[in-house]
Amino acid sequence: MSDTLGTERAALAAPAGKPTRRRAALWESRWLGVGFIAALLVLWEIAAASGMMPAMSFPRMSAILVTWWDLIISGELPGELVPSLWRMFAGYFIGVALGVLVGLLMGYVRFFYTLLEPITEVLRPIPSPAYLPIVILFLGIDDQMKIFMIAFASFFPVLLNTYSGVRSVDPVQLQTARTFGVAGWKLLWQIVLPASSPYIFTGMRVSLAVALIVMVISEMVAASSGIGYFILSAQRGFKIREMFAGVLTLAALGYVLNRLFLAIENRVLAWHYGYTQQQRN
Amino acid sequence: MTDPARSFLRIRGLCKAFAAPGGTTVALNGVDLDIERGSFVSIVGPSGCGKSTLLQIMAGLVAPTSGAVFLDDRKVETPPPSVIYVFQQYTRSLFPWKTVERNVAFGLESRESLSRQAIAARTQELIGLVKLTGFEQHYPWQLSGGMQQRVAIARALACRPAVLLMDEPFSAVDALTRVGLQELVRSLWRELGLTVVFVTHDVDEGVYLSTRVVALTRAPGAVAADLPIELPHPRNQITTRELPQYLDYRGRLLAQLFADEGLVAAEPA
Repeated sequence: MSDTLGTERAALAAPAGKPTRRRAALWESRWLGVGFIAALLVLWEIAAASGMMPAMSFPRMSAILVTWWDLIISGELPGELVPSLWRMFAGYFIGVALGVLVGLLMGYVRFFYTLLEPITEVLRPIPSPAYLPIVILFLGIDDQMKIFMIAFASFFPVLLNTYSGVRSVDPVQLQTARTFGVAGWKLLWQIVLPASSPYIFTGMRVSLAVALIVMVISEMVAASSGIGYFILSAQRGFKIREMFAGVLTLAALGYVLNRLFLAIENRVLAWHYGYTQQQRN
Repeated sequence: MTDPARSFLRIRGLCKAFAAPGGTTVALNGVDLDIERGSFVSIVGPSGCGKSTLLQIMAGLVAPTSGAVFLDDRKVETPPPSVIYVFQQYTRSLFPWKTVERNVAFGLESRESLSRQAIAARTQELIGLVKLTGFEQHYPWQLSGGMQQRVAIARALACRPAVLLMDEPFSAVDALTRVGLQELVRSLWRELGLTVVFVTHDVDEGVYLSTRVVALTRAPGAVAADLPIELPHPRNQITTRELPQYLDYRGRLLAQLFADEGLVAAEPA
């Protein structure tokens, strides 16, 4: 996210037609933000070492980092991460697939919109943790329950964005396809789906964050493995450094996932950025 | 004017009304036309006279309120495979997620049983015909306006249509690019034996390109003038436009349009 903004700003700042490269000043570069994080961590270290904060619940950052490293090396954290990631991706991809499918149908076929719009509006505002107890009732506390929770929560952002995408497909594109004899489901697949893909990606990015949240919550409520379970049980066992290491792991995971997502999006939607750029000129 | 027995496209009593705020707007009010196979017919008229609507009904993209279009004696209700519509807004009509090659192949892929090799060969041929060889892997938005409209023309012709319906296809490009595109369409029309119906607001363009020009009245549109253009072929952008006949056609059509619009050709002395 910050990177896209960064490149755009850089592109604006670059003088047109002059390829001379100027080294970006510190206060304009990415290192400023990174430096700020480092400063906060140092502040943490000082606060913990000076005894300003209770040592029990606020260990030194250096100690946390060492513990984190040990947990990674020993394979304990990766071991917790594997079931978490499996649940998250299984749920996420099911949610995305269904969201795209239902969103396309609602946007393309009036009947589905009329049928499904009210129930969507009723179910969507319910915060995921609220229906967790119900899901446990039906699916127990195993992976099924977590995958269902994640899929259900990932479903709505994709659905809504896909629907908006379908509704905003340029009618000229649809007419063009029709003059070439493309209609019905073929039109949906060949034109409507790719034309709405920028919207679909927006929904998918929102859902990715949601999936991460719901994964952690469902693992904290009922699990015997996973990163959410690890964090909560570390806290309950007064293993505070481990608890913080778990949170750092989530931060790193979120960062990496977002980066990965952006890389894929930039590839798949390269046409879209080029096209909108040209439309603007 | 035209022998109805030989006509290829027959338009009978075509009316089109749109629902508009505060009532209905009548776009077309009883249009009758017979278009011969192989002719190049331009439809000129003031903006908003329903020219584009007429063309869209002929393409089967819009349903008329009353009246009908017949292609080879078959009533047009859905887009006929032998009729391709070329849009004015090429930037919106070309698919931005497809390369030039994929755009040109689009119509072929959507049609029955062509092998991959046949599609590739035909695509290549058409890209060559509109002189875009070397740009196959570009995206349309990486090309100039004139080149984009050539992609659209190649895509339309790839399916070997009998009729090409063009809706102000060159109104968004500069004057010199327009000359190039006019020559391209003229030569394709002659080589491929197409029937072209060409909507334009530019009388000069209509006379130069066509074998016949039909002028519509201000909305609701009806036929105001129907002029066979008997200028010699091949035509020439400079000398044809200097022929007395050319100027005569142009003068008659402009006079008709000016009268219709309440415009005066001369400035006060």
